[in-house]
Formats: sequence, structure tokens, C-alpha cells
Amino acid sequence: MDMELEQILRPPELPMNPYPPKVITLATGNKMVVRPIDRSEVPVLLKAIKPTIKIERDFYDVVGARLYAELLGWMKHRVRNEYCLVGQIDGVLVGAVNGRMLSKKIGISLHTLAIERGLRIGAHLFASKMEHHIEHLNQHEVWITAESPLGFRRWMIEYSLIKQEGVQHELGGAESFKLTRELYYKNKPRLVCGSRPCPPELLEHAKKEIIIADEKTITEQICGAKGAWKI
Amino acid sequence: MRDVAILGVGMTPFGRLDENDLLDLLSSASLRAMEDAGIGDTLIDAVYVANMGGGILNHQTGIASALVDNLALLPAAADLVENGPASGASAVKNGVLAVASGYYDFVLVVGGEKMRDVTGWRATDFVATLTHPYAEYIYGVSLPGMAGMFAKLYMDKYDIKPEHLAMVAMKNQENGILNPYAHIQMKISMEGMIETPDSIVNNSYVAKPLRLFDCCPVSDGAAAVILCPADRVKDFGKPLIKVAGFGQATDTHTLAERDDPTDLKAVTMACNQAYKRAGITAKDIQVAELHDAFTILEIAESEHAGLFAKGEAKKALEAGETKIKGSLPINPSGGLKARGHPVGATGVAQIVDLTWQLRGEAGPRQVENHDVGLTVNFGGFGNNVVAFVLRRES
Repeated sequence: MDMELEQILRPPELPMNPYPPKVITLATGNKMVVRPIDRSEVPVLLKAIKPTIKIERDFYDVVGARLYAELLGWMKHRVRNEYCLVGQIDGVLVGAVNGRMLSKKIGISLHTLAIERGLRIGAHLFASKMEHHIEHLNQHEVWITAESPLGFRRWMIEYSLIKQEGVQHELGGAESFKLTRELYYKNKPRLVCGSRPCPPELLEHAKKEIIIADEKTITEQICGAKGAWKI
Repeated sequence: MRDVAILGVGMTPFGRLDENDLLDLLSSASLRAMEDAGIGDTLIDAVYVANMGGGILNHQTGIASALVDNLALLPAAADLVENGPASGASAVKNGVLAVASGYYDFVLVVGGEKMRDVTGWRATDFVATLTHPYAEYIYGVSLPGMAGMFAKLYMDKYDIKPEHLAMVAMKNQENGILNPYAHIQMKISMEGMIETPDSIVNNSYVAKPLRLFDCCPVSDGAAAVILCPADRVKDFGKPLIKVAGFGQATDTHTLAERDDPTDLKAVTMACNQAYKRAGITAKDIQVAELHDAFTILEIAESEHAGLFAKGEAKKALEAGETKIKGSLPINPSGGLKARGHPVGATGVAQIVDLTWQLRGEAGPRQVENHDVGLTVNFGGFGNNVVAFVLRRES
């Protein structure tokens, strides 16, 4: 590696406070650990995200492809001020979210991907991401856009986000919305869950290994395995 | 009038079936029922199709004619039956009458719905079109909203706790895990649904006091039955599952006009008619498929059908009596809560599931002591209810 050139290509980073891990009890009674990952854990995450790139349902292909690229870019120091939080049940990866700091005051919500469905994992992880930007990174606002009807319904409507006329979210395309500190704290009691500290045994288990399902299982978890002519 | 039997049954898996259109769903269920009956395509005299939203959700009308052609059943008579969420049982009732009268010998009844073509809020709005347009719909009433108001009154009156509703959800989702056709196949816990503070998101309120897991999913799917004269069943070597009785009753369109909005009169009347025609009482029912579009409805319907005294269903739930291994299993299929609720299909699916139970073909969800069963298909908000009693005879 040409370190001189690498120094030019590698962007300088803003200081970022760490996200303190927490645990959320899901409807099944399972405990989901929500924690930040570091760059060394990205390769295993990419393996889990890769199958989603082929799933058209609910725009998983778009979200999966972009999340894959964002995490790869972060791992290789080509994206500035990025972070990634994961949700794990008994070590198994059930979802991931990422975002970054555009500036000290403005956060950018990038993507939310739930691998296990029907348990509001996406809602919990998105809320954790907002919590990170507002409470831990101490930002004033978070810019958000949606690439799927599900995302639009969940984020824009559930949080009553403010539409930003003339502001381009860096994901491009759709309208840009923002979550302010005031809106976050207004919605927090009904949307942000989890308890801290995360029990050490759960956290250690989660950190020890990110377990991922095989491609077929991931696809079935997201799409279901049914059709009118099956069984 | 002739005795009528169920010769064949079939259904598609219920769920989100993106790759199939409405005609696919109806065709698949029909062919499965025909195959189960061992009947060829030349014997079907008439086809009754139950569907509520083909025109609104799928931009397709005249679906009965399309199905007959698609299945090569020409020149069988074809009719569409639309009776809201009770369309399925209404169509079966019409099929039963057609066979009982002697006019037709072999009738295919198939119910289906393709609801996941639209967003959840459009599906909710579509179902809400069955409410009174000027007294209810215009004020934003939806079925979950109506069920929420009903639940509040019923829970106050009979001291039903949120935990009782959760018990219904847990039981039916456990049953759904045993049913390969069920839309929802996931075990849930009291801790995750109610006890943990995280339940505010896990199980958010939809229409207080009803929460997410108190509501059935919006589903795609279809179910079908083949009806014939009871004395023809032996020709096909199938078990004799007789339509022992049915009943149907209506109530006021608006909930507000009822003397007591917690009194589901149409359920009581429809069930009593069905019991009378079958020559039984509610005490003779050994298994039931009830219309639990909302958990509170399983409790209320079981009491209005006479399976339990008013206010007693919660005790049966607490004691596990309505579980598959209990003394009176209710919704061993998972009910609408877990099997799913493609509205036009539901009433037929209840009869399919009950037939499997009475034949002893329900696999891991099979109940014991099962010769007589009840179905209740609840249209509108209890303003059009159809009940069936099926009996296995030797």
C-alpha cells in the first residue's frame, strides 16, 4: 500500500462517542442485543447482507446493495464518520442499521435492514440509530429518506418527520426529511426501547461471534417460502 | 331436502403470495379440493366463488366466470357471492342449498382473496367499506377501531384483562406453528407482548385496548370444498362428513343502533339455528373454528355461541381448555389470528380445517374426541353471521 496516497484517500474522521450496548426483549421473549460493531466485524456482516441483494421483495435488493457498499466503504476507510449497529439474538444476526455524521450537528441516517421479520426488529434498530445520533453523538438533527413503502410508513409517519424542501439527502432520489431533538424526545417514550447496561453474558456472547444463517434461510426469513401451488 | 356432505377440501397456504394473482389462488385451492374428492372436471355442476375485494383490490370482476373457464369446468353454472368477511360461509351455504334442493349434485365452493397487492392502510380502508357509509365510515371508523370499542365495553363488562387477550393470541399462534398453511408461524410470549416495557413497540396499540398481536394479519389465500349428496360419498371412498346444520342471522348495520353493543345477537341466533337443524345443543360441540379477526372476538363468540356462559370463556382460557389438548379446542388451525384472514377465503377455510379435523387428517394439530364441530364466520361487525355444524358419520 502506498501510504502517502492512502493518506489522501482516507478521509479524516470526526470524533464519535460510542454507542452503549443495550438489550431489548422481543415479542417472542427473545433478548436482542443491540451493539455497535467495529471494522473488523464487517466481513461477516457482508456475508449476511449479500443474499439480500437478490431479493426484490420490499426493495431489499436496493437496501441490501447500498448497505453492502456503505459498509465495505467504511471498512476500507472510504466513507467518513460512519457507524453500524447490529441486532443479535443468541449471537445470531437479525438486523443491522448504519448512519454517519455529516457534520458535528447533522447526522445522516443511511440504511435499516431486518433479516428476521415480524418482530419489529427494524423499528427497534431504527429507533436505536436515532437514539445514537441524538443522545450519544449529541447531534441537533438527523436527515432521513426512504427507499421502500415500508420505510416511508415506518419512519416518516411514525415519527412525524419534518419534510425538508430543497434539501438533498445524500442517498439521492426521494424527498428528504429530518428528525430534530425536539421530535426525538417527543416520540422517545413510545418508540425507543431497551435497557442498559446490557447483561455482560449476553454482550460477551454477541461479541464473541456474529452468527449468520445460510443464504436459503435468510431468503426464506425475508420472503417466506410460500406460494399458491406449494405444500 | 337431501342431506349434504363435504366430499373434498383443499386450500392454498395463506400469507403474502406475491407471485400469484387472485385467479391463481382460486384455481389452486379448487384443484386441490377436486383432487382430494377424487372427482373429475366433468362432474361439477356449479361453482360458487366467495370474494369481497376483487374489483377494489385487484381490478378484477366476473371472477367466477373466469375461474370456471380457467379450470375447464365449462358449462358449469358460476356465481360470485359477496357478503363481506362472511362471504366464504355464505357461498358454502348457497352451495349446500343447491345440493340439498336436488338441483345440482356436485358443487365447488371456493373462497379467495388477494389483499397484499395493496398497502396495509388501503386493505384496512377496503374492509372498512362494509361499515355504514354515513354513520360510521365517514367518521373514520375502521374494523380495528370498531373492535377496539367493542373490546373496551366487553372487557369492562366481563372483567377481561389484556392477559386474556394475549392468551388467545399465544394459543392461536402456537396452533399456527403446527399448521403448514398458516400465515403466521411464530411463538410469542406474555413477557414480550405485555410484561416488558419494550412491548410498547413489540406490541403497539392499534385501537386501544387492542394491540398488534390482538389483530389478525392481512393475507392472501384461497380455500375450497366440494359438496355432494350424502349418499354419493361412498362412491368416492371418502369419509362421510355431513353438513349437519347451518344458521345465518343479521343484526343492525351500525353498532350504535344495537340495544347492547356487547351482545352479538346474530352469533347466538346463527349458532342456535345450526344446532337446531343438527339436532344438538352447544354442549355437543367438540371442536370449533371461530372468527378471531381480533382476539376479543374469540372470547365473545365462544360465549355467544353457547360454548361457555357469559364471562366464563376467560376461565376456560386460563385453564387451557381451548387448547388443542383441552376439553374444547378452539381454533386448532390457528384461527384468523395465525392462519390468516383473506376475507373471502376465511369462511371456506374454517370448513376445510374442520373437515380435516373430523376426518382425523389434521396432523400435529389433530384434536381428540372429534365427531361434531362448529364454524362461525362473522361478517361486518356481527351484522351478518353464518354458522355451520359438521358431523362425521359412519
